[in-house]
Amino acid sequence: MRTLSYVQAIREAHAQLLARDARVFVIGQGLWSPWYAGASLEGLDREFGRERMVDSPVSENAVTGLAVGAALVGMRPIVFHPRMDFMLLAMDSIVNQAANCSYLFGGTISVPVVIRAVINRGGEQGAQHSQALHAMFMHVPGLKVVMPATAYDAKGLLIAALEDPNPVLYIDDRWLYAETGDVPEQVYRVPIGQAAIRRTGSDVTLIGISTMAAHNLKAAATLAREGIEAEVIDLRSLKPWDRETVFASVRKTARAVVADPGWRMAGAAAAIAAEIYEAAFASLRAPVERVTLPDAPAPSSRAEELAYYPGEHEIVEAARRAVGAGQPAKAARGAA
Amino acid sequence: MSTSTCGIKELPGGTPARDEAGPAATPFRADGADSPDWLLQRWGVMLLIRRAEEAIAAMVEAGEVRCPCHLYIGQEAVAAGVAAALTPSDTVWGGHRSHGHYLAKGGSLEKLFAEVLGRTSGCSGGRGGSMHLASPEVGIFGTVPIVAGTVPLAVGAAFASRMRGGKDVAVAFFGDGALEEGHLHESLNLAAVYRLPVLFVCENNLYSSHLHWSERRVADNLDLAGEFHSVPGTRVDGNDAVAVYRAAHRAIEGARRGEGPSLLECRTFRWRGHVGAGWDTDVGVARRGELAEWLNRDPLARVAERLAVLGVHDLAARERVVLNRVADAVARARAGASPDRGRVLQHVWAEAACAP
Ligand SMILES: Cc1ncc(C[n+]2csc(CCOP(=O)(O)OP(=O)(O)O)c2C)c(N)n1
Ligand SMILES: [Mg+2]
Repeated sequence: MRTLSYVQAIREAHAQLLARDARVFVIGQGLWSPWYAGASLEGLDREFGRERMVDSPVSENAVTGLAVGAALVGMRPIVFHPRMDFMLLAMDSIVNQAANCSYLFGGTISVPVVIRAVINRGGEQGAQHSQALHAMFMHVPGLKVVMPATAYDAKGLLIAALEDPNPVLYIDDRWLYAETGDVPEQVYRVPIGQAAIRRTGSDVTLIGISTMAAHNLKAAATLAREGIEAEVIDLRSLKPWDRETVFASVRKTARAVVADPGWRMAGAAAAIAAEIYEAAFASLRAPVERVTLPDAPAPSSRAEELAYYPGEHEIVEAARRAVGAGQPAKAARGAA
Repeated sequence: MSTSTCGIKELPGGTPARDEAGPAATPFRADGADSPDWLLQRWGVMLLIRRAEEAIAAMVEAGEVRCPCHLYIGQEAVAAGVAAALTPSDTVWGGHRSHGHYLAKGGSLEKLFAEVLGRTSGCSGGRGGSMHLASPEVGIFGTVPIVAGTVPLAVGAAFASRMRGGKDVAVAFFGDGALEEGHLHESLNLAAVYRLPVLFVCENNLYSSHLHWSERRVADNLDLAGEFHSVPGTRVDGNDAVAVYRAAHRAIEGARRGEGPSLLECRTFRWRGHVGAGWDTDVGVARRGELAEWLNRDPLARVAERLAVLGVHDLAARERVVLNRVADAVARARAGASPDRGRVLQHVWAEAACAP
């Protein structure tokens, strides 16, 4: 198979979607700049024309509303927000309009739009250029939310998102752009709502979202050297999310760590942990651990950024706590 | 209606040209803005902005400053001209490109450097970097890089000023791109309907990131943006500090008298790229080769030329003073402490209200 980077996979998905369906267009800020979208849309304006690759004025709400309107009447738009922070200006178009349409009008209309938001953090950019706000959108009925962590999923989820008859928020993260993986050349879909088991194990389940899914794999390798076998699940879709896969794993391992690149309070990890308690309480041998951002805006200086963003280290520590005071899981289980 | 001040001519590309009569595009008038003292003082402010930003550019290139920096070089006459019409308690509101607004209003030079260096001694405690500058003691309640984000806040400051029976004016600085955001237009209407003391200053540098205005807009008429909301607009040569001052002064004094808001479109150009220290390339895209023409309209050189007409020639000694000031401030800023990793949760909540 062929190896592509995450960012190349996103670009290829766009190119294939544009090539095979005249209803597809992309609109948003930075489409004609090779820099803005981090090469994820590079050259597509030359390939498909600027009528279908529209670099827009700084008008997030109206541009998103435009895409919603075009989707209502039969187009298949992808609206692009180069930073999730700027997409906050489009809340009305997303939350009031797109998300409600199908329900509100009794299924007579639908909004097959993809709203693509990029998480672009670090680099001392500070609080308004660093936010991972996926949990806010998970909260909204009528929206689907996907967050690919691998090159394969980056392509397959974008294609699935565009084929879905609902508004789908597709969130990619610049920290993943250089990650490489096998990516088939043909058009394929990653089903929305299906998690992927990246590693099997019996002692603890590490559930990861986006960048944290990648950290989970590294943490699992460290844990294995200590005799802790972690099962690693990449959630891929946040709404709907794959309860079956997660619950089956937690029932097996009896311990869960949810690693989320967002905030702790009312976050994605909190929602998932709550459902694990509801569904698998009897199987749990330890409280569900959450690895999240602290409940603070992103600081800008590097010194504070290092303290702010959790990674492999925090996951390993959480997993150790879950299996019990640093003891290998087997010993802890034996003692219980 | 839009008034074309100070002899700006329209070029086919929609850019203003200096009056062919010579460097002193704005006619001399006895309003203080022609005096050598006034001009020297404004020249000093503009030079401070330029040299400070050159120092920041060097630190960006050296990798010492890592936060994104949007440089103001080329646009100094706008900040310096408007600030000359303001009192210390007037407020200014800015965006991602606000080093100049901050310095012109009297923000501390050392604290600016410390902020971009991520030191706790920075004007925002090292929490914000270049794009988030605060200095409430000089009327700066936070500049932010969300385009048009502070414009409604400026309207709020003006609302408070009027409600408290004060005379303070709020100045909202924003770019040509910001006029594409809906809430900027909502702000114009709010300011008009409540007759608020706001000056909307659009610094039209022809580009929003990599996009020329003509790729985002049909007509070159940003000075008319307020017209529909009954906010009168004026187009001025934004590279002429005297012209900017005169137009701002007229609008600001009117606002103080309760005559309501107005809008200034200042035609200017940023010399450097959209972000970072480079020249004339914007996020991977070259601009249209306007730079040479605009270098020729250097706002600093134009004040120097006016001074020369008045017999003030030797600016070199003053320039050395500014350079030394910048070097000293950089050195002091560098000596500041980096934040302790343990303080990440500090200031999530305010302990007490900061403004009286
Ligand atoms: C709400 C929002 N949308 C998009 C951006 C990305 N952005 C940053 S600066 C900029 C260009 C703004 O152009 P203009 O207002 O003309 O200011 P200039 O950079 O020319 O000073 C854009 C689009 C942003 N920061 N905030
Ligand atoms: Mg601009």
